[in-house]
Order: sequence, then C-alpha cells, then structure tokens
Amino acid sequence: MTEIIKKPFNVREIREEFPALRQEIYGKSLIYFDNGATSQKPQIVLNAINKFYSKENANIHRGVHFMSQKATTEFEEARKKIQHFINARKAEEVIFTKGTTDGINLVASSYGELLTAGDEILITAMEHHSNIVPWQLLCQRKGLILRVAPINFKGELIVEEFDILLSKKTKLLAITHISNTLGTINPVKELTQKAHAVGAKVLLDGAQSIQHMKIDVKDLDCDFYVFSSHKLFGPTGIGVLYGKEDLLDRMPPYQGGGDMISRVTFEHTSYNELPFKFEAGTPHIAGGICLGTSVGFLNSIDLDGAQKHEGELTKYAEHLLDTFEGLQIIGEAKNKTSVISFTVDGIHPFDIGTLLDKQGIAVRTGHHCTQPLMDFYKIPGTTRASFAFYNTKEEIDLFVEAVEKSINMLK
Amino acid sequence: MAIQTIQEKQEEIVSEFEMFDDWMAKYEYLIDLGKDLPLIQEELKTDERLIEGCQSRVWLNAAFTNGKMQFSADSEAIITKGIIGLLIRVLNDENPETILKTDLKFISDIGLQEHLSPTRANGLNGMIKKIKMEALKYIQH
Repeated sequence: MTEIIKKPFNVREIREEFPALRQEIYGKSLIYFDNGATSQKPQIVLNAINKFYSKENANIHRGVHFMSQKATTEFEEARKKIQHFINARKAEEVIFTKGTTDGINLVASSYGELLTAGDEILITAMEHHSNIVPWQLLCQRKGLILRVAPINFKGELIVEEFDILLSKKTKLLAITHISNTLGTINPVKELTQKAHAVGAKVLLDGAQSIQHMKIDVKDLDCDFYVFSSHKLFGPTGIGVLYGKEDLLDRMPPYQGGGDMISRVTFEHTSYNELPFKFEAGTPHIAGGICLGTSVGFLNSIDLDGAQKHEGELTKYAEHLLDTFEGLQIIGEAKNKTSVISFTVDGIHPFDIGTLLDKQGIAVRTGHHCTQPLMDFYKIPGTTRASFAFYNTKEEIDLFVEAVEKSINMLK
Repeated sequence: MAIQTIQEKQEEIVSEFEMFDDWMAKYEYLIDLGKDLPLIQEELKTDERLIEGCQSRVWLNAAFTNGKMQFSADSEAIITKGIIGLLIRVLNDENPETILKTDLKFISDIGLQEHLSPTRANGLNGMIKKIKMEALKYIQH
C-alpha cells in the first residue's frame, strides 16, 4: 500500500473538527479531560450520522431494494476499513458488537463453552470490572478457576508472578492492553507469546489502547481484541470483537436470531458463516457505518504526531501536579499513556471533581470500575484526568490552576 | 426567636444562597456548612446507618424525643456533608408526619438538583429516603 504523506499534526486544526469542544460550561470554556470515559466526535462523524438517518436508513443483508443494498455495502465497507485499521487478515474476523463489554461477554459465553471444569483463566489486578465479572460468571457456570496476576505499587504487572500463575492449565489470558485507571501500558506482545507457549488463548481489552496507539493484531498475535467505537471518536452502542478466524469458526454462536442462521427448521438450525454467525438481529447499522467514518478520519491525520502530543501533555501535567504537597499520582508505570489518576491527602475525590466541574473542567472521579485496584491502593477512588490529542497545554495550565484552587478551598 | 416552620427554613436557605453570584462562592459556603455538620458519633457509624453511594459513603443517625426527630450524620466528602447539613437544618426538631410530607424544594431552588440525580451517586438520594424511612418508624398511629 502506498503511504500517503500526511500534514504534520496540529492541535489547533484538530480542535476545529470537534464542535463539542467549543462550548461553555457554567460560564467557562469547557476543558474536556474525561476522554478515558468517552471521546468527543468530529464533525465528519456527526455529518455521517445525520446523512445516514436522513437519506440512507434501511435494514441490511436482506433487502432487494436500492436503499437496503446501499446500506449493506456501506456497513460492509466500514467492516473492511476497521479490518485494515487493526490489520486483521480478513474482514470476517471483524465482528460488530455493542462495545468492549459486549465483546468480552461474547467471548466468555462462546469461547467459554469450549472450556471444562478445572481450566484456568488468568487476568490481572488492574482489570476493569468488564474484564473481571464475565469471567467470574463463566467460572461459576463451568467450574473454572480465575487467577489474578498481581501488580506493584507503581501500577505495573509483576511479570515474575505472572509467569508463575501462567501454566498448562491456563486456557485464556484476558488482559487489558492499557489500564483505564492507571494508564499503564502492558507488554501484551511478550505476554501473548508466553501464553501461547503454554497453549492458552489471549484476549486483549483494547478499550483504552485503540485510540492511543497503532494496533496491529497480526503483530500482537492476540486471539481476540475488543474495543468500543465511542472511545475512538465514533458513536456509542457499537464496538468490535476481532478474533482469529479458525478460533471463531470453532466457537458456538453467542445469541440466536435473524441474520446469524443459514437454515432454520424446528428440528435443526444451521448457522451462518463469519462474521454473521455472531451478529444476531439487526445490528447498529448507523453506528457501524459511522465508526467506519471515524476510522477514515483517523487515517487522514498524522497519528504518530498525535500520539507524541498526548505524551507531551501527560508529562507536562504530571510535572506540574508533582509540585503539589499531599498529591499522589496513582499509576507511575514506566510505560504509560495519557491518563493521570491522583489523590490528595485528606480530600475526597468527589469534592475535587465537583469543584473542577464548576470551573468548566470535566474529569472522572471514583473507582473507575476498578474496585479491586482501589482496594489494592487502599483508597476510595481517584480523580482522573485523561487526555486526547485535541487537548492543549493551555488547558492543562488552567486545569492545574483549578486543582490548586479546589485543594485550597477544601483544606 | 420564634420557631421557624419547615417552609421558612427552606426560604431562609434559598435567600442565603441568593447572595452568591457564582458557583464557586456557593460551593465555598457549602464546604463551610460541611465543617459545621452535627457529626454522628464514631461508634454509631455502623452498617445499619451507612448509606452506600457510588462515590462517597454517608452515615445517618436518627433519634426521636418529645415527638420530634433529631439527626446527625457524616460523609467522606465535604460537599456532601454541606448538603446534608442543609437537610438536617430543615428537618431537625420536626415531627415525623411533617418530615414525611415535606417537599425539599430548596435543593433545586439553590441549584443543587444535580446532586439528587442517581448518576451523581453521592448518597444524597439515599440519605433523603433514609430520613423519611426513619420518620415513618415514629409515626403516631
């Protein structure tokens, strides 16, 4: 494929694409630092949503009429765009889901059927509840054992302990690529090799990595990779499960319904082929198409430059916050992304979050759906600022000023 | 000083908050109120008195003497404590029947209705429910 020369990344120009960033909250210019929860949408995605429902809305995969065929083509084109974006071998390996959580549940239900009592599933201490609870439910159902690889206080996986827990009994390693609370980037390629060496499959939770780094599922060699569209500047309610074709072929269907069958009688039903076997019912058509638009948008920008900018923002913010007495950054892994979680001695995160909100700054406070991780650090929660490439150093200056003001008010 | 009705207490709070022209000043006042909250005794911070919010925990104790109810509380978050302080100021020393039928409209009148939304999950909703449940126990049949 020919490499298109892209314009170097420019944050001012990128911001112009995101109308949600141009608004006032409580009379202050919005500073949106809750990108770990969801990202804002570029105008081109908003236009695509509007265009689909204004002119192209039709059900897909079965209509003979013009609009249905056009919608089908666009939906399947989106699948191909996503395939290339993550470098999957085939479009059939890209299954549309409702999002990351749905993808994990699909694997737990379907791949889980291939497991038997005594088999083990290995996760880590930094997983989101979405990558804990589906495995607990599966373990209860099938008599499996859930193992949890510990982390150190900096928020890094303790690889020596991981190595001990990984064994021939391990049938699946389900691990987050990047921690939503700590920002830690796990060495997933290396861990995948180790898991494969003992015969285990690997699921990567890509909810926090797809928007921050180039994902190449062939290179990572993971068996499953799941992510959500809405954290990738696309619509909510749609996401992707990538799975290796031979494995997906061996797995039983997840949900039954229309579209996922090839022939139904009351005695016997045979299933459709990939990817439709896992896509029962009318999918989120507009969502899939507009996620394709978002991927197209990302393909058009200098993502290396964007990633470098995010790294600079994080370093800059950490450097400024470090000077505050009583403020601890939670998550100091050597290899981390643009997430800063922190606590302040004697101050509850809810209070800081509330005061930041009144100063026009959107952050997340609480346990971030990682309660076991909060228990590990013995804290009730953190205040989390998470940056996207459209954030600026000026916003960080205002944020740090607002944190200082909030702490002074709460002391 | 003549005893205020619940309505008068609510109106007084609303007029206090009208003095502040920006959000930060309102919250500064809430934080001060939080520091003055009649605190629940540590040994009363039991599971039965705990109201689980998603973000900060709240404890509430209710007592009933001479036909009136008295409340004390605590929260891990000081802003939540401030709001609870306002609630207690309105509902303390009232009889259970009055507490049950009171519409606590001052909360939205002073612009704090966001704290009542279930997504806010700071325990305030649970707190009001708990106060009313406690009042229900002491209703004179």
